This record gives sequence, structure tokens and C-alpha cells, in this order.
Amino acid sequence: MKRIKGKKRELNINRRTFLKGAAAGLAGAMLPLNKADASFWEAFFQKHFREMNDAEKKKVIQRLEREYEQKYKKEIKVGNESAIPGVLFGYGLDLSRCIGCRRCVYACVEENNQSKDPQIHWITVLRFKKGEKWVDLEESEKYYNPSQVPEPGYFYMPVQCQQCENPPCVRACPTQATWKEPDGIVVVDYNWCIGCRYCMAACPYGARRFNWTEPNRKPEEINPKTHYLGNRPRYKGVVEKCTFCIQRTRNGKYPACVEACPVGARKFGNLLDPNSEIRYAIEHKRVFRLKEDLNTNPKFYYFFAYGV
Amino acid sequence: MEKYKKTGLIVLAGVFLLFLLQSSFAESAEQDVPKHFLVPPPPFSPGIFPCSQCHQGMPVNRKPRKLEQMHQDIVLKHMPGGWCFDCHNPDNRDKLRLANGKSVSFEESYNLCGQCHGTILREWKAGLHGKRTGMWNGEKQYRLCVHCHWPHEPRFKPIKPLPPPVRPSDIK
Repeated sequence: MKRIKGKKRELNINRRTFLKGAAAGLAGAMLPLNKADASFWEAFFQKHFREMNDAEKKKVIQRLEREYEQKYKKEIKVGNESAIPGVLFGYGLDLSRCIGCRRCVYACVEENNQSKDPQIHWITVLRFKKGEKWVDLEESEKYYNPSQVPEPGYFYMPVQCQQCENPPCVRACPTQATWKEPDGIVVVDYNWCIGCRYCMAACPYGARRFNWTEPNRKPEEINPKTHYLGNRPRYKGVVEKCTFCIQRTRNGKYPACVEACPVGARKFGNLLDPNSEIRYAIEHKRVFRLKEDLNTNPKFYYFFAYGV
Repeated sequence: MEKYKKTGLIVLAGVFLLFLLQSSFAESAEQDVPKHFLVPPPPFSPGIFPCSQCHQGMPVNRKPRKLEQMHQDIVLKHMPGGWCFDCHNPDNRDKLRLANGKSVSFEESYNLCGQCHGTILREWKAGLHGKRTGMWNGEKQYRLCVHCHWPHEPRFKPIKPLPPPVRPSDIK
């Protein structure tokens, strides 16, 4: 017993040094030395998006564009437009007009580079029976598939990210990979997301989607006009969601779903501009927001332009 | 001195009020000037416009009747009891006409529709009714009423929905 103790002291290995050494060794063994190109290490040591200065952001974007070009064999532009001052985006959806045709769902997929298989949709259109307790979302149907819409006796309610002013998902994120931008858009940094899906559990609207596998989309189907915080190609194991088409709206364009809607039920504009169509809807129509009682303060307004 | 001050103040207030009134009148007058809306060309059936290419020199028969030689496909399911010349202009076939007799071009047909559907026209101008594309902070592409509503039967036709999302049970 005494002899063993003495020997230990000779080698000078106590528990602390052993653990230190083991940890260092393990860490070293875990380093993917086969991937030891500059790009990998740049990604590994990338800073949080909001802590980067313009030069650092530019470098990151150049790296991403290089990676995407290698992967998809085509040029993909990653934009980095920041929020326009004095703008707070708001969305309006006229439930008295929506016919549930799902044109918006697929226009969104085309614009925002979602995975086709497994399928990811950012918009879910819910069908409700008229005249029943319809705000009960559990009673809604999202797999309806008649030969023609609208069906008599039903109405439709598309749900997507409500861009809350008080977003529960942002508070749930342990890594601050999702946050609210100054123009009110809640964004995700796909390079910072660790895929824990806490935000998905926190979202009362079921608006967030998870990439369970590597997103699968043909290179020719990729929309090459992207934004870092928006529709750039995603990775396996990250969360994504509607960004009000940040790559379009920050350049003055309407979101893709607005332009796809055949009945003009979707309205979009600046909540701070009293002459915008969204303000007109809020001031003149019967407006409500989904699950208002949760105090999430969504910037997505459902309204009825006519009738009841 | 105090008295003059008071009168002066009242006069000033009066002038101010007058100014306010005037400016608001000026504003309302401005609104009466027809604003130009960016719209695509009207959706004519191919080859049908200008109407005068056939109607030129044809005698005008103003009598409501069942059409037998041309345009039989048009069954008016809009405004029961209506007749072509309620909206089409018999004196200038390439124009429409308002109820007050004024001519209006096909490009500005929304003014014709707005005679009855005034609230809708107001909301269309504000961007609430109908689809607009373009820039949310700049130039917007409007659509004429007739781009979505066939004027002779304006109710929106049902369409086929795009496929529903994949059910979790169907994922392989």
C-alpha cells in the first residue's frame, strides 16, 4: 500500500493532472484533422453574427458563397442588407378572401430554398368549419384536399411565423442563435443554431421547422438571391422559419406569398407608415391576432374585409 | 393694452383656423384629381380589340335582345336585367361609358365598376382589395377589376388547391 503511494508520487500523476491530460488528449483526438482546410477553421471560429463588424461579415459571406458554389455548382449570392431605419414590418391576411388554394405555401418554398424531400413548408393553411368554435386550432384540418376550393361551409386560415414583438422563441434559445431584428423580423443564424429545438417548443404558433436531414433540393431549383438571415441554403440539424422574405422585403419588394396569392388576401407594409395598406387594414377593418392572450404581440394581423 | 392683446389673440386664432380649413380643402380638392394607377393592359380575348374593327359603320341597335350573330357566349350574370350599353359605349365602341354618359377607357374601367361598388373601389385604391405586386415602399402594380372578375360574370371561380403537406405517417 505504502509502496504504491510512493510510486505514484514519483510519476507525479494525481487525479487533477490525469484528468487534464486526458481531456487534452480527447480534445485532440476529436479534432477532425481530415477536414483541416482553412474554411473549416474559419467556420469553427466564426463569431456571433451581431458581434461581427462589416469586414468580418463580408469574410463570412465570401466563405459561404464559396461553400455553396462548391456544393451546388452554381453562383449563390448571400446578401447582408440590414434593417431599413423607421420600418417595422407588419402583415395582414384577409380571412374573408382566402380560398385555401395553397399557392402561397409553394411560392414560399420556391423563394426560400426549403428542403423538398423531406418536405418543409413554412406556411400551413388550416381549414375550419364555418359556424363552429373555430379558434380552437386543435379542431382544424391541414390535410384537406378537395378537387376545388373554396368548399362551401368552410373557411381557411394560413398560419406562418407571426413575427412577435415579444417572441417566446428568442427567449428560449440557449445560444442566442435567433433574435428580433430592428425591423421586427425574427431571424435565425443557421451557423449558430445548435438544433436543440427549444424554440420550436416555445413557439405557440408551430411556425418553426427543423431540418432532420440534410436539406434536399436540386441545384437548379435553388433560388440564388439569398440573405444571410433568410433563405440561404440551410444545414442538417438547424431550425428555420418564415422571415417575411427578408431578402426581398429589405430591398423594397413584397414577400413571395403576397405576390402569389390569387385573391389578394395577403397584405404587407410598414406599420410605422400611416399610409401603408397594413395600417389601412388595421384602422378600417375588424382585426385580430392569433393567441393574443399569450402577450406575444404578433405583427401578423388577420382581418375580415367584408361580411362576417 | 390687455384688451388689444386679447383681440389680437382671437384674430390670430381666426386666421390660423382659416388657414387650417383652407389647407384641408386644398387636400380634398387634390384627392378629386384622378390618380394614375399602374395597371397591366386589360385582358381582352385575343383579336377582339379594338371593337371598332367590326363595329365601325355598323348601325347601332340599342334594343335589348338576345344576341344571335356574335358574342353569344356572353351571358350576363351580373346585374340582372342589364344590357350591353349600360357599360359599353354605343357612340365610341372602343370605350366604356359611365352612367352619367361620360366616356371611360378600358384601362380605367375601375371607375365604371366603382359606380356601384364604391366601397370596394375605395379599398382597391388604398391597396386593400385585390392583389398588388411590386414594391411595398415604392411603385406598385395594380390589377384592373376585370383581371380577376370577368365583368359579365364577376364571381371568382373555384380553383384546384395545391397538394396538402405530407403526413408524418407517410414519410419514408
